[in-house]
Amino acid sequence: MTTTQLPSRRPAVPAPGGTTPAAARRKRPRHLREQLSGWGMIAPAAVLLLAFVFLPAILGFGLAFTNARLISPRPVEFVGMDNFARLFTDPTFWRALLNVSYFAVVVVPVQSGLALAMALLINKKFRGVNFFRTVYFLPVVTSMVVVSLLWLFMYRKDGLINELLSTFSFGLIPGADWLNDPATAMPAIIALSIWQAAGFHMIIWLAGLQSISGELYEAAQLDGASRWHQFRYVTWPGLKHTRTLVLVTITIQALGLFDQVSVMTQGGPLDSTTTIIYEAVRSGFKQQETSYASAISLVFFVLVLLISAVQRYLTREKD
Amino acid sequence: MKNAFRLNSIGAAAVRILFAAVAAFPIVFMLVSSLKPDQQIFGDMSSVAAFLPIGNISLDNYTAVFDRVPAARFLINSVGVSAVTVVLGIFVNSLCAFALSRMQVRGKKVVFTAILATLIVPFQTLALPLVWWVNQLPYFELNGFSLEISKGWLDTYQVQIIPFIANAFSIYLYHQYFESIPKELDEAARIDGAGWFKIYRQVVMPLAGPATATVAILTFLPAWNSYLWPLMVVQSEELRPVMIGIQYFFQLNVSWGEVMAYASLITVPVVVLFIAFQRSFINSIASSGVKG
Repeated sequence: MTTTQLPSRRPAVPAPGGTTPAAARRKRPRHLREQLSGWGMIAPAAVLLLAFVFLPAILGFGLAFTNARLISPRPVEFVGMDNFARLFTDPTFWRALLNVSYFAVVVVPVQSGLALAMALLINKKFRGVNFFRTVYFLPVVTSMVVVSLLWLFMYRKDGLINELLSTFSFGLIPGADWLNDPATAMPAIIALSIWQAAGFHMIIWLAGLQSISGELYEAAQLDGASRWHQFRYVTWPGLKHTRTLVLVTITIQALGLFDQVSVMTQGGPLDSTTTIIYEAVRSGFKQQETSYASAISLVFFVLVLLISAVQRYLTREKD
Repeated sequence: MKNAFRLNSIGAAAVRILFAAVAAFPIVFMLVSSLKPDQQIFGDMSSVAAFLPIGNISLDNYTAVFDRVPAARFLINSVGVSAVTVVLGIFVNSLCAFALSRMQVRGKKVVFTAILATLIVPFQTLALPLVWWVNQLPYFELNGFSLEISKGWLDTYQVQIIPFIANAFSIYLYHQYFESIPKELDEAARIDGAGWFKIYRQVVMPLAGPATATVAILTFLPAWNSYLWPLMVVQSEELRPVMIGIQYFFQLNVSWGEVMAYASLITVPVVVLFIAFQRSFINSIASSGVKG
């Protein structure tokens, strides 16, 4: 049983205050108790996750193949692939997929790049480092709903963004009606999304940077490595694990785009900002088509799974 | 060499300030605008006055907000719901992580993997089946001396709390942190006759302060900011949280000064709390918390 694992976990370290054989003798009677208390401690979290994550996930999976509605007098029937057939012939769904891809293709590299730049700027201790760390993180503690409302105001035709653009370009850049023009609505949402979330990934980068030993930099400096070479040959390889984490979390977050769209554009103008999750919530909640919404959620889930699997494969350790 | 170094650090300082300005300007604009009448907000927009609390400054927008929205009630609800979620979340998740990290429990690897797997399920995809499911759950109410059982959690406080207590990311953070605390401490405590719960409470948790600060903030933020979920499951005004209040401003002829006042009102408490905890939060995440 598990007692056999113990030596390999803690090799050759006798329990303090006792010799190893004595400790082994003491372990046997408490073995069952350790199992029981262990499971007792895991149980509350495990039960809650089962009830509020696994079960609804399975439920949603099942509902996708039925005709269930939120409130309906008719009994729920199994309808096979009907919801998916409808989904894959719905031009709005393909538009949503395209919009989300556009969003992710811009947000993933730009946001992770900016976040890394911010982390590098505040990695070393200097006077006022805590001030900058706090300010960079401020947008993250601001709710996305508040942020969306605030930027909705700033993106008006007579709003702050247009005024700032015209001031800094000395009137050269004409203002746009950002959220009401299909060409600019998505870029506008992209900008505010990066503004809000970059600070969070800065913290993850920072965690990676802090885990790189300072001795490596000292050695590199002794060898006369330039700043760029230090980054290229010490920092970048040292961030290998962090890179994967940042990449996967930003991608999942980008594909799940919802709050901004819900507050600012409701998917418009002309479906130019609608997203997969927005379509799922719209059909499930507003139109009460639970089954169709579940089908959209299922497709989304498979998509996220596929993309993170591909990313993990591409960033795997190559040795 | 020395000059190049000085130039470098001046450049870095300039970039730092530029980034800080970009990060801060919308928030400053929001706070400043909340103190101005609408006409002046638009008048100041084209100059630096947009970011300065000058001119006709007053708290009129805030008084108007309290007339339009039951803001005090919403604030109390959000404080209560978030606080309970944070406290229960810290307890449940750290307890689970403790057993997974420090005890010999059969099958714990499978459990940990299953817990981490929940990280890739975005909440929005669960929300709809979850609405249906919480509406089937029993609800116990102590009425005088009799226990009453009713069905359905819709329109309650617990529907805003209980589904969000257990959290895979919190368990992961605690697990990572617990791994860095020497296991010899447990061994010594056991020889002194301490039970596992006592080791958890008196040996490991007191050493896990930074992890607790991180988990507290990362649980508090989504609880305070939740919007989609209460929109779906809470209809009664007296139970609704602050973010729903924003709905009261989605109408024609909205006063932007009032909107900015309400936005500031629900943002400032979080910012204050964050600044109070930020040192231990950022440092703990940066030094030990998240490592891919």
